Amino acid sequence: MKTILNKQQLQLIISRLSHQLLENNDDLSDVVFIGIQPRGVQVSQRIATQIQLLSKNTQIQYGVLDITFYRDDVRDELHVANKTDINFSIEGKRVVLIDDVLYTGRTIRAALDAIQDFGRPQKVELAVLVDRRFNRELPIQPDFFGIAIDTLVSQKVKVEWEREEVVLY
Amino acid sequence: MRLSTKHLLGIKELSAEDISLILSTAQQFKEVLQRPVKKVPSLRDVTIVNLFYENSTRTRISFELAEKRLGADTINFSASASSVSKGETLLDTVNNILSMKVDMVVMRHSASGAPHFLAKHLPETAIVNAGDGINEHPTQALLDAFSITEKLGSLEGKKILLIGDIMHSRVALSNIYLLNKMGAQVMLSGPPTLIPPNIKEAMGVQVEYNLKKALQWCDVANVLRIQLERQNQVLFSSLREYNLSYGVTKKLLAEVDKDIVVMHPGPINRGVEIDSDVADSHQSIILQQVENGVAVRMAVLYLLAGKANNN
Repeated sequence: MKTILNKQQLQLIISRLSHQLLENNDDLSDVVFIGIQPRGVQVSQRIATQIQLLSKNTQIQYGVLDITFYRDDVRDELHVANKTDINFSIEGKRVVLIDDVLYTGRTIRAALDAIQDFGRPQKVELAVLVDRRFNRELPIQPDFFGIAIDTLVSQKVKVEWEREEVVLY
Repeated sequence: MRLSTKHLLGIKELSAEDISLILSTAQQFKEVLQRPVKKVPSLRDVTIVNLFYENSTRTRISFELAEKRLGADTINFSASASSVSKGETLLDTVNNILSMKVDMVVMRHSASGAPHFLAKHLPETAIVNAGDGINEHPTQALLDAFSITEKLGSLEGKKILLIGDIMHSRVALSNIYLLNKMGAQVMLSGPPTLIPPNIKEAMGVQVEYNLKKALQWCDVANVLRIQLERQNQVLFSSLREYNLSYGVTKKLLAEVDKDIVVMHPGPINRGVEIDSDVADSHQSIILQQVENGVAVRMAVLYLLAGKANNN
């Protein structure tokens, strides 16, 4: 077990990601932030809260998306679905997908499919806390990332939200 | 987490955890059905045959929609327009269909136990019971439970009244099993000729022959259809008399001093077991039941398909 990010570093990175997302999207009324269920919810909530604090005048649009029904292994293993809550239109909007760890890219592939069913976004971007680069199985890369790390397939990366740490097992 | 069973033959075979899993999955599918594109690709490699040996409107359309919304391929079969009329047996018919690479069977049959028979002979194929004779109609009970939960928050401790033809109703039996497993209280009301004599002891339910008293007790009244097609003897003197003693009328509901949720599995005999002004009132959730049916059936098919491939 190895700590990749401690509490202070994690908070700093979330704060940096929030600023980056804000800088790249000058008009927030056109932007929607979508956390991916289940593990992207915590990080996306924190980022959304920070962005809301930094842009007092505009109400930001935030939702969560569950991709269970779009998985490519849906019939090999049964996955229990989580709640999807997107109560606004994404038609013509810029969508920022937010997840905790980017690994094989399969979750994001499913999320891209899922998001299409809500409308046709103008653009979709991806922000992740941890990028496990060199482990990708699909041609998907993040637009924003907190930290990029090199890992083995046998290893596990987990964000421990109670302790606010990112740990490599 | 997964279902403890490979088929959905009846609520009797399900555990409380199975029921909770189906209901919570159905909730996610209900959200899917609100999206601009009401379809997910989960079962796009699955082919499902709908075998209807008995007439149906809601259940059949609901299953077919659920299958299509999950991306599955569907085949529809009705006994009257098939080789069944030439004398083919049930097992032969199904084996022939399965040899064309069909993965799941949804079946309605007038003989109680027909899906159990199929499941016994075809253990590898997921069988979903869409109503068998006077035995069970599990997806109806699940969608009733979903609708009650949606309206009242939970099933635990809720007082559910089933009114009418308990004897011939598979909806009643499935509902009793489900409500018992989920910790709701069940009362039956109807003419003594239509309530099996030992049901109180056998199923652990209450029986109240006075409809007004029963309505006073309940939170939810599920009004069942009089199944004239299954009655081969006279069990009550006339439909008019039935309406007078056991029909749910506006007047009767007005005398009960609380807002009861009114349900009906359809098809409605208006003016017999329920009056039009009750069926179409704000207390009625009959159309919500139908809407929820698609989400519940999507959940059932989704959960069974995942399992089928795993073995």
